[in-house]
Amino acid sequence: MRHIISLLMENEAGALSRVAGLFSARAYNIESLTVAPTEDATLSRMTIVTSGSDEIIEQIIKQLNKLVDVVKVLDLNDGRFLERELMLVKVKATGAHREEMKRMSDIFRGRIIDVADGSYTIELTGSGSKLDAFLEAIDKSAILETVRTGASGIGRGDRILKV
Amino acid sequence: MQLTGAEIVIRCLHEEKVEFVFGYPGGAVLNIYDAIFQQDGFKHILVRHEQAAVHAADAYARSTGKVGVALVTSGPGATNAVTGIATAYMDSIPMVVLSGQVPTPAIGQDAFQECDMVGITRPCVKHNFLVKDVKDLASTIKKAFYIAASGRPGPVVVDIPKDITAHTTKFEYPDSVQMRSYNPVLKGHSGQIKKALKLLLEAKRPMIYTGGGVVLGDAAELLTKLVRKLGYPMTNTLMGLGGYPATDKQCLGMLGMHGTLEANMAMQECDVLLAVGARFDDRVIGNPSHFFESSRKIIHIDVDPSSISKRVKVDVPIVGDVRSVLADMLELLSESDKTPNESALAAWWQKIDGWRGRNCLSYDRNSAIIKPQYVVEKLWEVTKGEAYVTSDVGQHQMWAAQYYKFDQPRRWLNSGGLGTMGVGLPYAMGAQFAHPNAQVACVTGEGSIQMNIQELSTCKQYHLPIKVILLNNRYLGMVRQWQEFFYENRYSESYMDSLPDFVKLAESYGHVGMQIDKSSDVEGALKEAFAMKDRFVFMDFITDQKENVFPMVPNGKGLSEIILAEDL
Repeated sequence: MRHIISLLMENEAGALSRVAGLFSARAYNIESLTVAPTEDATLSRMTIVTSGSDEIIEQIIKQLNKLVDVVKVLDLNDGRFLERELMLVKVKATGAHREEMKRMSDIFRGRIIDVADGSYTIELTGSGSKLDAFLEAIDKSAILETVRTGASGIGRGDRILKV
Repeated sequence: MQLTGAEIVIRCLHEEKVEFVFGYPGGAVLNIYDAIFQQDGFKHILVRHEQAAVHAADAYARSTGKVGVALVTSGPGATNAVTGIATAYMDSIPMVVLSGQVPTPAIGQDAFQECDMVGITRPCVKHNFLVKDVKDLASTIKKAFYIAASGRPGPVVVDIPKDITAHTTKFEYPDSVQMRSYNPVLKGHSGQIKKALKLLLEAKRPMIYTGGGVVLGDAAELLTKLVRKLGYPMTNTLMGLGGYPATDKQCLGMLGMHGTLEANMAMQECDVLLAVGARFDDRVIGNPSHFFESSRKIIHIDVDPSSISKRVKVDVPIVGDVRSVLADMLELLSESDKTPNESALAAWWQKIDGWRGRNCLSYDRNSAIIKPQYVVEKLWEVTKGEAYVTSDVGQHQMWAAQYYKFDQPRRWLNSGGLGTMGVGLPYAMGAQFAHPNAQVACVTGEGSIQMNIQELSTCKQYHLPIKVILLNNRYLGMVRQWQEFFYENRYSESYMDSLPDFVKLAESYGHVGMQIDKSSDVEGALKEAFAMKDRFVFMDFITDQKENVFPMVPNGKGLSEIILAEDL
């Protein structure tokens, strides 16, 4: 099953490589990994999207907790949570495509953030599956380039990950 | 007062009451070596290869429980240390390795003798640090010692660029360490301990399985109390030998791939299993699905939560320091009005005695050709079971584990997890430095001993009265055994040709060399060697080439699919 794991770790050189190294050394899946400092500059927050059986996810959480730099780990799938990912996609926008792309972007609540003679760049946010759905919905041959940030996640309501 | 980084390193080691630093100098650590020259707080031991420095520091830690310290230079010095670090990591040995690094401005420039030590060691250390500011040096070393020794112990690397060792700052050594990201749980959950005890007392066929955690956690005494009080059978892993007296009748010997029939069968057929500081690894329980063909309740005590339910799902996990949990368990037991089920236990012991009666460790004691098992048995007798015994890796390691009966913890030093050939001689050095008046024996093979043979020179320099017990069968014996069983006798590259004359080799270093090729000479030779209390003696025993290690649970098989010597 797909899991989203959030963690707080010391914002130190090499911390990211400890996490990435752990996943490769123990042959765990890694779908995406995002990391950035938090409002407290000494802490980084990381969101990891992974998949595996319950036993594997349990081991992943334990192994992450074992890293000396990791302060807190939360499996977002243990409760209710929100997931958002940002995607920028550059599409062909000529002739009939031009109007169609604008419409599709509106339907998916995207924003066109760059307009050129032959192309649009559309900004979309949502869960990973929503972004997938957009790419499915438009004409594949119109896609010039995509870039995705990987998922960020946060617990709903009073589920808070903080030191 | 301002001190240089090099002086700070020395002062930190003094603060940590370090007795020995095992190392080898080089460009990046010259400032540190200059500071070593001007101090007498600890003794520096000059080895002949960095790998041996790390192994010796590791053995010092294994045999004393204190943190071992090694010092190496950058680049090749650091990479040579990696095998030693990985060895210590797999066996959870507390150790601090200080490595030199090229000066900070040169990092990343492919400088002479540069390597990314923090990157290379990341997967095989508990933690590592690159010191980028001399102001952080003392607090980093303090953290390194704290992390190495606390929780589940392990090696910590501190990589120190050369310019940092020359920069100056005020020296302040912190009294304690506070880390929000690292707080190992030591006290076991009382509810879980209660549940565990209830399960244990209701057992009809109980079994206690104990590992290296008992030795590392200094819990041998408490474990012994608990096992005796319950009257239950127990077994040790390879790493746990000495955690309970091997000569006691409740001890069924070692379990696992080359464990005894009684230990393996009792593991398979028990209804309640108490695992203490052990991790159910592949050499111990064989095939996990076969293990679960018979059902049992499992209680698992371990300081590392990630060791619990990793390979085997357990029913009652208890995260905590083994010693603390066992103490709590003993207290609860003394307050409990329940006692073990005597009649069920008697029937269980009867069954176990049936397995024991098969005498699975028997071998031909009347052989004229030297049987390797016989040498180890005689070694045990001659040293009265009190020696520090190190081994390398292979058949001789298993024979040492099977036939030397360890009654005390920290006496058996071997590379259980990584299985590193070449540890035996440097381990013996580390143990002999830590216990200068003790008998130290290195049981080895002609393959393994050659992997760190250069240390004969270190042993000469420091007059170490180690006794090398070479079980020389002219084969990489364990490889040959597997080739015999699983590769239809195709002995691919397992014959050790062109061996040196070990007697002459030892003599060339000023040591005593002996070659023994008759069974009848074994005991006398051992007595003669151990009577030379101030000499290093290299004993080359010419043993039976075709002897195999039994019992054996073939790779991927279940514990009850064990093969005995008599089956063949």
